[in-house]
Amino acid sequence: MRVLKSLLATAALATGLAGAAVAEDKTKVGFIYVGPVGDGGWTYEHDKGRQAVEAAFGDKVETVYVESVSESNAEGPITQMALSGADLIFTTSFGFMDATLAVAEKFPNVKFEHATGYKQSDNVSVYSARFYEGRAVQGHIAGKMTKSNIIGYIASFPIPEVIRGINSAYIHAKKVNPDVQFKIIWAYTWFDPAKEADAAKALIEQGADVILQHTDSTAPQAAAKEAGNVVTFGQASDMGEYAPFPRVSSIIDDWAPYYVARTKAVMDGTWESVSTWDGIGAGMVGIGEITDAVPADVKAEAEALRDALASGEYHAFTGPLNKQDGTPWLADGETASDYGDDGLAGMSFYVEGIEAEIPSN
Amino acid sequence: MDLGQINPLLLLASLMVAATPILLAAIGEAVVEKSGVLNLGVEGMMITGAVVGFAFGVNTGAPSIGFVAAAVAGAALSMLFGVLVLYLKSNQVATGLGLTLFGLGLSALIGKPYEGIKAPTMAKWEIPLLSDIPVLGPIMFRHDPMVYVSLIIVALTWYVLTRTRAGLILRGVGENHNAAHALGYKVIRVRLMAIAFGGACAGMGGAYISLVRVPQWVEGMTAGAGWIALAIVVFASWRPWRVLLGAYLFGGISVLQLNLQAAGVPIPVEILAMSPYLITILVLVVISLRGNHGAPGSLGREFHATH
Repeated sequence: MRVLKSLLATAALATGLAGAAVAEDKTKVGFIYVGPVGDGGWTYEHDKGRQAVEAAFGDKVETVYVESVSESNAEGPITQMALSGADLIFTTSFGFMDATLAVAEKFPNVKFEHATGYKQSDNVSVYSARFYEGRAVQGHIAGKMTKSNIIGYIASFPIPEVIRGINSAYIHAKKVNPDVQFKIIWAYTWFDPAKEADAAKALIEQGADVILQHTDSTAPQAAAKEAGNVVTFGQASDMGEYAPFPRVSSIIDDWAPYYVARTKAVMDGTWESVSTWDGIGAGMVGIGEITDAVPADVKAEAEALRDALASGEYHAFTGPLNKQDGTPWLADGETASDYGDDGLAGMSFYVEGIEAEIPSN
Repeated sequence: MDLGQINPLLLLASLMVAATPILLAAIGEAVVEKSGVLNLGVEGMMITGAVVGFAFGVNTGAPSIGFVAAAVAGAALSMLFGVLVLYLKSNQVATGLGLTLFGLGLSALIGKPYEGIKAPTMAKWEIPLLSDIPVLGPIMFRHDPMVYVSLIIVALTWYVLTRTRAGLILRGVGENHNAAHALGYKVIRVRLMAIAFGGACAGMGGAYISLVRVPQWVEGMTAGAGWIALAIVVFASWRPWRVLLGAYLFGGISVLQLNLQAAGVPIPVEILAMSPYLITILVLVVISLRGNHGAPGSLGREFHATH
């Protein structure tokens, strides 16, 4: 399987590069994707960012990408891309972290940008979006919309980003509906439509009438639509084809401005290794249209929450909050810090009230 | 934890749905390998079947036409493989991998206009009388027709392979192609037919994912199901009923472990997540411990007709 995936990746790279060996003065920007560009979610949005780079710089830039790269075997495709003369490479999944750093060490003149990770170096920047702000809005709507008080959550891998999302959604669902219960399934994949559909069905069969997903395809939306009375949210992309119901809102990742800015920095020679973590306020996280399937008052509350998060007047993790085991985490009015002990970046615990255990990674 | 939340009837129903794509692909590949050819392009044929079946299903509004189209598409793609390995003597492993790459790319191309479209619903067949049996009825006799079709294909494959002259010839070709050739059997023709059958089955398996299991078209949606099918064929010692057992075990445990997770069973999630692979391999290996279950003698070997 691994061998095949790297074969796939290499072949895709070869085809991607075949028509692109000309024009040395162009800035070459590469993208490593974890899924196919047609997943309708995560990778689809990264590829929209790539297209925005092409649109912004026209023939001054050349972009290449490799899709469906295995997280366990990413060094090959990244190395290939660096060897082929890329000036800037975006690796767009958490699991590419160590591979990105390893390759970056061998190519000090190539700039790397790793999405959602936390390891930086001289030529590796990290960038991520504060998806948990969007999860807060989802949690609020979910808590209000559920009738069975069971909210299903399709999680991917037990990494901080996913755990933050679960916590944020739970806190805000619980706030408006004290009886709410979360059922969490770890799919151990970012993209496997059949498995995602099975997970959604299992949750629905066990009484969930709201499904939140942290996997990349639209399969859970289709499963909810078939069930008929289950609410979903678009993940990473708007998934607007399932609006107005089951999809009642969405979290949209907007990478385009960042990708354009970073490409510009490479062209101007001003690129530096930075750590970027933007949320709703900066526009990196968008909240897709809340449809009329949501009652007007709930919609208004959700939009107010969104605006408060955007302006910074409210933080999604505001105390008093305890950890799952009951030990205090944030005091009344205190907000979570990004880094350090118990910071958001490395979050590895559930908040109080969630009845489940986090699998070890 | 509350196991009472798991409805066993619904669980068994989704078990059969989860197992059917792998079952179809695996039974087809078992026949191909029995004829002495190793086709690693199962994944490519499945995904092509998934997109073609979906396209025809959506455009005609009839999933059954989608399945027929998927079978034709899978068979057509497999003929490409057949011509390359049987007539042009290309390496089977490399050609099969190539077929998978080709299928993934081709399906992405065909599928572009079909992203985000809803599939036509396939009516469930409620078999008269039998479906009214308490408990057993809803589990066994209220599925979409393809579940029954896949079971019938397994039964027919077993019958043809073990009880008919045609099956004997096919196995003979797979065990020793030179001997079969010397006896006057058309090695290449037999193999081409086996490859076409394998392609058609893989195509239908793929279409089952896009038309029933998910149901929608997403690029790359088979996500490795073809490789699982290939593995099951080997662990099932190339025997149809064991292929059925393997596919149902794998599909069943995949669904069961998701249900157990949702119910909050105190078993580490890591163990649950690997259980489908682990248990399927264990069971099939234990069954195969006794007796001779080697691969077909000519599997993967090149055939040069001598005169």
